[in-house]
Amino acid sequence: MYDFAPIFPKFQRHYHMSLRRSDIDNIARLARLALSEAEIPVYIDSLSRIIGLVSELDRAATGGVEPMSHPLAGQKQRQRADAVTESDQHELYQRNAPQVLAGLYLVPKVIE
Amino acid sequence: MHSETVAELIAGLKERKYSATELAREMLGRIQRAQPELNAFITIEAESALAAAAEADRRLAAGGAPPLTGVPIAHKDIFCAAGSRTTCGSKMLANFVSPYDATVVARLRAAGAVVLGKTNMDEFAMGSSNETSHFGAVRNPWDPSRVPGGSSGGSAAAVAARLVPAATATDTGGSIRQPAALCGVTGIKPTYGRVSRYGMIAFASSLDQAGVIARSAQDAALMLGAMAGFDERDSTSVDAPVPDYVGGLDRPLRGLRIGLLKEFFDKGLDPAIEACLRTALEALRAQGAELRDVSLPNLPLSVPTYYVVAPAECSSNLARFDGVRFGHRCEEPRDLKDLYERSRGEGFGAEVKRRIMTGTYVLSAGYYDAYYLKAQRVRQLIASDFARAFAQVDVLIGPTTPTVAFELGAKTADPITMYLNDIYTIGANLAGLPAVSIPCGFVQGLPVGLQIVGAHFAEERILNVAHRYQRETDWHARAPEAYR
Repeated sequence: MYDFAPIFPKFQRHYHMSLRRSDIDNIARLARLALSEAEIPVYIDSLSRIIGLVSELDRAATGGVEPMSHPLAGQKQRQRADAVTESDQHELYQRNAPQVLAGLYLVPKVIE
Repeated sequence: MHSETVAELIAGLKERKYSATELAREMLGRIQRAQPELNAFITIEAESALAAAAEADRRLAAGGAPPLTGVPIAHKDIFCAAGSRTTCGSKMLANFVSPYDATVVARLRAAGAVVLGKTNMDEFAMGSSNETSHFGAVRNPWDPSRVPGGSSGGSAAAVAARLVPAATATDTGGSIRQPAALCGVTGIKPTYGRVSRYGMIAFASSLDQAGVIARSAQDAALMLGAMAGFDERDSTSVDAPVPDYVGGLDRPLRGLRIGLLKEFFDKGLDPAIEACLRTALEALRAQGAELRDVSLPNLPLSVPTYYVVAPAECSSNLARFDGVRFGHRCEEPRDLKDLYERSRGEGFGAEVKRRIMTGTYVLSAGYYDAYYLKAQRVRQLIASDFARAFAQVDVLIGPTTPTVAFELGAKTADPITMYLNDIYTIGANLAGLPAVSIPCGFVQGLPVGLQIVGAHFAEERILNVAHRYQRETDWHARAPEAYR
């Protein structure tokens, strides 16, 4: 669970949810997505509809039901021995990098 | 050659009716000629295909070649193939050259298949019409003014137009079965964990599964046999033996218990589609199957459940695209945050951004319990409904889609309208069940799909039912006029 409380104002949920500009700004910021001005009203409208759709779930009685995170019951996460199995191929992998220097990925300066 | 099935091509190559090289050239020519109208491919790989075909000819001449040697196929562009551009239909990965092979790619290569190219798809497999691809929409070979379905629209269109006899595909909410239905071909989504997801670009990891689109259940069985099986590189891969899917195809249907889902035949189903399904069900009954009504009361909640679970997993999976290690990077970032935000804002298309934001919202503080946890509980109810149904019947049969192929642009304005295309297919993903869509007729000249859902790991059974139906009917053998 993300711990960004209280970024979203709590509002009463109802089936015709309407999100506000500030909600979309917050979601886009959390998702690290730059949106253009033209995109914002489109997402206010469509996300409001989607949240309205998923609010249908309120109709289901789920008391005592365990949340399902894996589609096959009883599957256990496999573990492998903590041993080296792969060779170093950073040069191959870095061929797809936008900017590399001396085997390092370059990003804008973070600390002045 | 182009009208032959995988099974026929295997025989034809063995008998030297044609060489793998001749076959590859013929199919590459068809792909190139169809490309302006259908746009089924993102990358056509003629050079590597001809090299692989020459190698296949050497192996065929030497004897003891693996089962699919020389058979031309295509991969959905969601599968990484070493040295090959792998875009996932996105600007984000428009120049990404995979450094490694997906397990599916490696296994089909080891089985001898010759890859002709990478098929078009909805961006990051998010879409039901193939209109969200950065590389342009794919068109339906039965009517180029209509969509092929999605997200595996390129694979379905390519198989329907006889550009390849089979193509790989993936299915998170219906992305194999829905385009197979709209293009009049056969598509199987196996049980979750049956086929390795290693090297398959992740959308929603608890739902994604790789499968195949082909022209018959027999061809799907041949392909799936080569793709399926345990892979230690996928932590959710299931370590269970792979049955002989081809060997089980002819099993008689006497005593087969078919469940008709009340909810699938309820309001909203086009009467003309229902008429096709009823005729098909009679054909199965004539082979000795019994029909029973069953009800899955929580199934109507599968669409809202899916549109919480899938976007939540998508927002997490797509966090890896940050403009640093691979993928699109914006020009002249001011700082790291600007680099992340603009690279992602520019690299992702509108639908992908919509799903990332939906997922971010439902996972955020104050909403996690109300949406995400709630959806996981409803998912459990839906899976339990299916489990109860499979205690009474062997397979469930119903429609694959609520309508036949629709016009391009018809459903792009409202995302909910588009999402509801998957209303009959999403349940199998939520419960992790195998399901196949096969052609069962035409409405206004457009193909209709019939869906057969099986219990976990019952691929053999659903392919058997599909094959027995295809032995008695020829819907699956019909080709669009322009591509015969």
